[in-house]
Amino acid sequence: MAQIMELKEAIAENVHDGDFMALEGFTHLIPHAAAHEVLRQGYKDLTLCRMTPDMIYDQFIGMGRVKKLVFSYAGNPGVGLLLRFRDAVENAWPQALEIEEHSHAAMANAYEAGAAGLPCAIFRGYRGAELAEVNPNIKSILCPFTGEKLAAVPAINADVAIIHAQRANRAGDVMIEGIIGVQKEVVLGAKRAIVTVEEIVDDFGDVSPNAVILPGWTIDAVVRVPGGAHPSYAHGYYARDNAFYKDWDRIARDRDTFLQWMEEHVINAGPDAFGRYAGKGSR
Amino acid sequence: MSEPTLSEIMTVTAARALKNTDVCFVGIGLPSEACNLARLTHAPDITLIYESGTIGTKPRVLPLSIGDGELCETATTTVSVPEMFRYWLQGGRITVGFLSAAQLDRFGNINTTVIGDYHNPKVRLPGGGGAPEIATSCGEIFITLKHSSRAFVDKLDFFTSIGHGDGPGHRARLGITTKGPTRLVTDLCVMQPNPDTCEFEVTSLHPGVSRQQVTEATGWPLKFANQVTETAAPSDVELDALRALKQRTAEAHEGA
Repeated sequence: MAQIMELKEAIAENVHDGDFMALEGFTHLIPHAAAHEVLRQGYKDLTLCRMTPDMIYDQFIGMGRVKKLVFSYAGNPGVGLLLRFRDAVENAWPQALEIEEHSHAAMANAYEAGAAGLPCAIFRGYRGAELAEVNPNIKSILCPFTGEKLAAVPAINADVAIIHAQRANRAGDVMIEGIIGVQKEVVLGAKRAIVTVEEIVDDFGDVSPNAVILPGWTIDAVVRVPGGAHPSYAHGYYARDNAFYKDWDRIARDRDTFLQWMEEHVINAGPDAFGRYAGKGSR
Repeated sequence: MSEPTLSEIMTVTAARALKNTDVCFVGIGLPSEACNLARLTHAPDITLIYESGTIGTKPRVLPLSIGDGELCETATTTVSVPEMFRYWLQGGRITVGFLSAAQLDRFGNINTTVIGDYHNPKVRLPGGGGAPEIATSCGEIFITLKHSSRAFVDKLDFFTSIGHGDGPGHRARLGITTKGPTRLVTDLCVMQPNPDTCEFEVTSLHPGVSRQQVTEATGWPLKFANQVTETAAPSDVELDALRALKQRTAEAHEGA
């Protein structure tokens, strides 16, 4: 049952060294404030799973907290390469990084299999793709009815899932709008789930009966962190800070610049720093 | 109006390849520019789909990422990412996938994963994202990419997504029933696969571009089709729409 709590407490109660963690949000609703709190609390040897690692995992990788990365697209979308990730893969800085690489279709299917309680996901994929030769977790299976050869990958069941959403109510039910990515699947497939939200309301008001709502009993902790997705965005609250995504390319390019930025904006900061991005109504 | 640049000719020519009735899975960057230009000119009813789950999107400015809010706000509907890949892409609903590449070979196979060895890369690139399944599940594939011998290579460092594999019949042997890459638009020319060999060859040269220029910018021994035409120059309407789109986009992204 979801407990409404402070961010520090939510992370301390649900995250451990060595966890298999998935922080999701497909461009939208990326839980940056929660990620910063995980970084501040110093957890290490993490296996991090995420379709699009982008800036949020670049920070974990550059700080040396990641043992293994499971992913399907490791770029800064529309800007370029992911430079701390690159440095780890190419130069083992600040430490070697084990990778398990998939396609988007594979990971989306694997999250869905995780939520569905299946051991693996089956789909028509990886045909003629070399990833199948370098990733031993990509296998194939024959359809028992047609004989068609299909791809199979293990389901994703994280120790802890963290997502951001627009609203929760007092019972801890969480409502997600806009580009919903794999938010629902990652939570339902995980052992523990933390959701940060823009606001906590008395009730959701007049919403579609088919609105995407995760009941409070599927979540462990709900935390109010206005602006908590910045520089990603929250549909209906604030827009994606594309200028900051471009600036990340400069910050992450140099090891010292990166470390200084992390010290100032993450290690010596707190979740309140995100509040200035929250401006409801700006979009 | 000033003369079109080769980049503008590339985008306009890529846009023209799309039909008003197409359902198009859009890659970010050059494909996104071409697809939206098509929508703003000759193909107002085209359905543009981005892998973030936005179906029938009509963005006013080009998105920086595949999931900018603008895409969702202007879409017919937005579905989850698993639904996008399962029902819409794998389900066979997409007529055209529009991709770009870091490296491309003569058969339209694409590398966006690594330069060098996979386990010890010289440059680690972002990886495939949606491309491995886009390349096999869409009815056909259009590719747009700027010409250079670094990008148009004799041999890929990594086989991220399949084009025509090693030539005729390769896709069929893998159980792939879709057409694969049928058109490649660069800033110098248009290329199409030879019907017998599946090898991409030049079918039209952009205005003012010579055969030698294209040959020098291609890392494999380039072939030309029996009939090579000159690419029709962009019209004022196309050029105007493209420039306005890029202007709106630059203003929106800087002002963020």
